[in-house]
Amino acid sequence: MLLALLVLWPLMQIAEFRPSDLFDARNLEVMGGFLGQFFPPNMSGDFLAYALKATIETLAMATAGIALAMLLALPLGLVLTHSLSVSRIGPGSGRGAGEAVRAAARATLLILRGIPELVWALLLVRAFGLGPAAGVLAIALTYGGMLGKVYSEILESGDTRPARVLLESGSGRLMAFFYGLLPGAGQELASYTIYRWECAVRASVIMGFVGAGGLGQLMDQSMKMLNGGEVSTILIIFLLLVLLADALSVFLRKLLA
Amino acid sequence: MSFELDRIGLIHSNGQAQGQRALRAVSISAARGERLAIIGPSGAGKTTLLRILATSIRPTEGRVSVLGTNPWQLSSRELRRLRSGVGFIHQAPPIPPRQRVITAVIAGRLGQWPWWKSALSLIYPADIAGPREQLARLDLADRLFDRCDRLSGGQLQRVGVARVLYQRPDLLLADEPVSAMDPALADLTVGQLHAEAQSRGVTLVASLHAVDIALRWFPRVIGLKAGELVFDLPPAKVSESVLRDLYASETGVLPSQDNQPFHASFEGYATDDTPGGSGQVPLAPPRVI
Amino acid sequence: MGFCLQCWLTLLLLALLVWASFAYLALDLSRLFSLESGRGMLQFILRFFPPDTSAQFLRKIAGATLETLAISAIGTLLAAGAGLLLALPAAGRLGPVFKALTRFLLNALRSVPELVWAALMVLAAGLGPFAGTLALALHTSGVLGRLYAESLENAPPEPAQSLVESGAPPALAFGYATLPLIAPQLLSYSLYRWEMNIRMATVLGFVGAGGLGQMLYYELSLLHEAQASSVIFAMLALVVFVDAASAWVRRRQMRAGG
Repeated sequence: MLLALLVLWPLMQIAEFRPSDLFDARNLEVMGGFLGQFFPPNMSGDFLAYALKATIETLAMATAGIALAMLLALPLGLVLTHSLSVSRIGPGSGRGAGEAVRAAARATLLILRGIPELVWALLLVRAFGLGPAAGVLAIALTYGGMLGKVYSEILESGDTRPARVLLESGSGRLMAFFYGLLPGAGQELASYTIYRWECAVRASVIMGFVGAGGLGQLMDQSMKMLNGGEVSTILIIFLLLVLLADALSVFLRKLLA
Repeated sequence: MSFELDRIGLIHSNGQAQGQRALRAVSISAARGERLAIIGPSGAGKTTLLRILATSIRPTEGRVSVLGTNPWQLSSRELRRLRSGVGFIHQAPPIPPRQRVITAVIAGRLGQWPWWKSALSLIYPADIAGPREQLARLDLADRLFDRCDRLSGGQLQRVGVARVLYQRPDLLLADEPVSAMDPALADLTVGQLHAEAQSRGVTLVASLHAVDIALRWFPRVIGLKAGELVFDLPPAKVSESVLRDLYASETGVLPSQDNQPFHASFEGYATDDTPGGSGQVPLAPPRVI
Repeated sequence: MGFCLQCWLTLLLLALLVWASFAYLALDLSRLFSLESGRGMLQFILRFFPPDTSAQFLRKIAGATLETLAISAIGTLLAAGAGLLLALPAAGRLGPVFKALTRFLLNALRSVPELVWAALMVLAAGLGPFAGTLALALHTSGVLGRLYAESLENAPPEPAQSLVESGAPPALAFGYATLPLIAPQLLSYSLYRWEMNIRMATVLGFVGAGGLGQMLYYELSLLHEAQASSVIFAMLALVVFVDAASAWVRRRQMRAGG
């Protein structure tokens, strides 16, 4: 108990854990006024039309981002997969080069997924300007890194003999994947991709806080103007959107099984 | 020369068998069109020997030459071309269960087709007549569009044979190709392998558990035991005492295709060793035991 | 012929949706990946190198990293406490009315993303790590509360029942019989969540809630690319370290369990 306190106390100091701040008169006033506007939510036609557009933009960002992420993940994942390595058969010539390429691919994937999507978005907004392009690319990069790693793990966990045998009869790496591994692993690959799409919807909802389009951007604006009514409407849409993505993802994955 | 192994040795470098010796000083060579059977007790190194010929394992000692070249000195492009000319029939066909039979057979040509043709065949097979013809030779034409997980073990084994026949390799290797089939189908399948080898003049090497099939069909029989070459003889010279020596450690009954006690007798076995042959299929086994 | 028409139609539909997404966002990929934008991108990236590695700045980064860890640790700890308190009614221990009410509360807490909570908490508690801590605590208590409630519901009731029947008060029976049963699971949920929260705490700063994120946002808005890249490397290192540590813990657990 004493030890716990000894560890916790400095942590609390660092985190500036001061509950009294919550009851600071000025903060209370701001928050009170803001929360007071939450009811009723802003349901004017103008604003709803605006929010609808942002919602579709959010979904489109997630979908386009995951599509690009797959384009990025498939080649990297295939390079990483040992059972699709021609030079490991024998082992033959070019083994060292093969291992070097694999190490490079592994490092690339690690960096891609190690940097949070919101950081990518913040950087890309600076490169591509405000708007959904940065958000889409941010999702593509982070989720590309995640998908690539998990794709190769899925491919390694199944029966890898079919692909190896195809390589041994002179087939190329890509076709060995399509004819040897995909029939066995396709379901799991698709299911994981759908799950990641669901995560991407959640991620693209908040992308806007750094200026990368979608609902988050709308929310950021409303929040800066302390417009409680708009914020509560957007929060409700958030809820519905996340629930919808959740249900859709569960439905699609059931369909696959 | 179809292949030449010169004092091949192999010590496994990884996996469970790490450090174990699988082959020691094995020298075999075969001219184009020869047909060889490899027999021996389980664990004798039959599969390892075949995989070395298939360029899927690199021997740790000795020299290999397959279809006129040393595979381990080729560039990766040349090695790919060489591999597409070597067909390997596996005892348990490595075919994904959810794949269709026709796709599994077409996969035999992946090494020869341009990639776009292989890719399009995933959507719609670029060749349907070819796979059907090969399956028909093995009495399976009606299963062309079935999924492989609907097939029995023997049927799946024949799909694996059909794939390699469709590949049209210059060196035809088979590892226990008929182990899951009943005697009649086993004879049909081995017969078709011989027909293929004779009509196209390609070399056939098969490891067989059943000694009677080896003696009945193959002009040249190789005995392998504990990773060493014991004999390399025409079937007429493979006497019962030679066989007893080869299988000494097993139960005393020689393995045959229907697990009936087998007694070797030595009249009328295949002795046709003319490379290329006459194109004639040996329609029926010369002698029923 | 038996070829999977349905599969191809589904794939076609998905391709159509993807195409529609790109069209709706008016993303011009060819322009995005053109030589010109590639050159611009390269220049942009080059401005981030070399990173600032002066001792003074590294000390600042170390401070912010510690702050990030503190935010995640205190936030998760608060959430574990709140989650446990909410899990009892959510598992139906106090009757169906409380169950429905707490379930709704947990869902609401969980559905609002951490970053949105952080933006709200910055208003309520001012800029700084405390807002981040509260944001993580709020979102995570929703997640943990639900997970805890599920394990409570799945725990076998017999041990606690036998204690109650032998005269122990229900609260004590819970503490002595049920809690020890599910404690390992609760702990592993909490650790897993902590791991996710460390990652999350690195970005909460974008809305002013402290940690490495706030530092990155600040340096980037001043166009200090060298400093920003040092912060990004620190984030990457933190995430990779947490990844490796959790993989190590899980492997050990698996070995102990199996």
